[in-house]
Amino acid sequence: MSVLEKVRPERPATGAREPRVTDEHGRRIRAGELLWRYLLLLAVLALTIGPFLWQLSTSLKGPTEDIYGSPPRFLPGHPTLHNYARVADTVPVWDYALNSLKVATANVVTNCVGSALAGYALARLRYRGRGAATLVFVLAMLVPVEGIVIAQFTTMRELGLNNTLVGVVLPGAVGAMNVLLMRNAFRNLPFEIEEAAYVDGADAWQRFRRIALPSVKGTLAVVAIFAFMGAWDDFLWPLIVLSDPSKFTLTIGLNYLHGTFANDERLVAAGTVIAVAPLIALFACLQRYFFRGVGEGAVKG
Amino acid sequence: MAAPLGIRRQLPHSPWLFAAPGLLVTGAFVLYPFVSTLVNSFTDRRTLVPGRFVGLANYRELLHDDMFWTGLRNSALYILGVVPALVLLPLLLALLVQKNIPGITFFRSAFYTPVVASIVVVGLIWVWLLDERGLVNSLLETIGIGRIGFLSDQWLLLLSAMAVTVWKGLGYYMIIYLAALANVPRELYEAAAVDGAGPVRRFLSVTVPAVRSTMVLVAALSSVAAFKVFSEVYLMAGPSGGPAGEDTTLVMLVQRTGTGLTGRVGYASALSVVVFAVTVALMLLVLRADRREEP
Repeated sequence: MSVLEKVRPERPATGAREPRVTDEHGRRIRAGELLWRYLLLLAVLALTIGPFLWQLSTSLKGPTEDIYGSPPRFLPGHPTLHNYARVADTVPVWDYALNSLKVATANVVTNCVGSALAGYALARLRYRGRGAATLVFVLAMLVPVEGIVIAQFTTMRELGLNNTLVGVVLPGAVGAMNVLLMRNAFRNLPFEIEEAAYVDGADAWQRFRRIALPSVKGTLAVVAIFAFMGAWDDFLWPLIVLSDPSKFTLTIGLNYLHGTFANDERLVAAGTVIAVAPLIALFACLQRYFFRGVGEGAVKG
Repeated sequence: MAAPLGIRRQLPHSPWLFAAPGLLVTGAFVLYPFVSTLVNSFTDRRTLVPGRFVGLANYRELLHDDMFWTGLRNSALYILGVVPALVLLPLLLALLVQKNIPGITFFRSAFYTPVVASIVVVGLIWVWLLDERGLVNSLLETIGIGRIGFLSDQWLLLLSAMAVTVWKGLGYYMIIYLAALANVPRELYEAAAVDGAGPVRRFLSVTVPAVRSTMVLVAALSSVAAFKVFSEVYLMAGPSGGPAGEDTTLVMLVQRTGTGLTGRVGYASALSVVVFAVTVALMLLVLRADRREEP
């Protein structure tokens, strides 16, 4: 705590019943300041969450209800799930969701396994060419995806993997940034914890599996979450590599729905709610890792 | 420990086995496509037709392609429109959510929600909000301003897409700033307050200098992202890029030119090389600006 704080005179008690709201340094915040802070917070809340709620509200409004009215009606008069049934009749939205789930799950598995293994090799194992291997990942991180999608597409065609879900997953299967994140996590572990196992005759695989990997679970969770979110939300690459509507992921399917039934806002709204709900649920449960990922990613990025 | 860890008692090739999956994927799907982009940019390759070497023909064609200049202009404008907002607004937002008042973690999470949502979801939400008959226009009409064609005018469309990019990015950069603000010594603010500095003065002479390097980082990240903008404009202006294609961005042009069965891979590769070159130049520019301002 600062010196200034100590010489500060105690505030006179202004009635014991008033709730004590203090900042992180244990100091009272004035009621006036609190008021404008909450007003601003609520205003920003309306701006950030409002659009999602309006979309939800639109998706719950029945065919007879006016969605264009002025002044607008924020709450559906007779909430109905009719639009969700209709969107499934119009496009195979649940198949799209399943495709997205497959792609996202595969992306999590390949990224966790691939980046943990490679990260460990870069951080802990000694061999000729380690510097070159590290350089490969650093260079790959600097290449903007948007600059190579066309070549990735022709590569996929050469492999016969265009228009497949495998083709959607492969280019990002082991993200270079994830490898470098894992490398840093392993490097920050003290050597001593592996030394004992080494003396006991454990080989590289045993040390990795039993000792190093359990110690970097937090970073692994960050990699997993961002791999899931990245795959679930991705648009440009699946748009390029997928052409057969039965293979579409949710984002591509939504774009298709929007392009084909653009004038049916209730339908598009229901589709977007289906696409965004799982991620908002995931975020609500695992916020800590989302925020941690921003910090680690920004430092690296 | 005499010998460095892991020299003995491991299969001779095991380090490479560990690194193999990552190296394979990175080599085959990032580095090889990168090299082949460079090579293809000097050919007239098409999706179904192997190309011949054409020298600098693609690059010469670029210079006379109006669509290329439109794309370059829009992507550059995007930087100008988006970066100042994304450097400043999230910082103000971070200051707002920094104090641990009751319920603040809820607000922090809520402000981050647009980051989590897919850009497609976000784009479609705003297409509906900004529709001729959508919520924003309903509200504008209610308060007597009247309806505005956000999505039909070339410039309003680009501005709307920028607003959506800023809206989606606020929470992300807010979290980056929060981490930076946590490291600003409390004493600086107190000293400034004792000196009678008001909130604006404290912001300018304490906060900004303290988080300056983070602001540079945010500027670098957001300008590179802004230049590569694709999804927002694609969704809001449509695949052909708004009225007469005037809202096409550079990456949209890459996607439109190079994909499909008739895709001009060679020409799209030359466009991609421009995307890559500008991205690298932006990074260097921002980092140099950072070094020059160093005291």
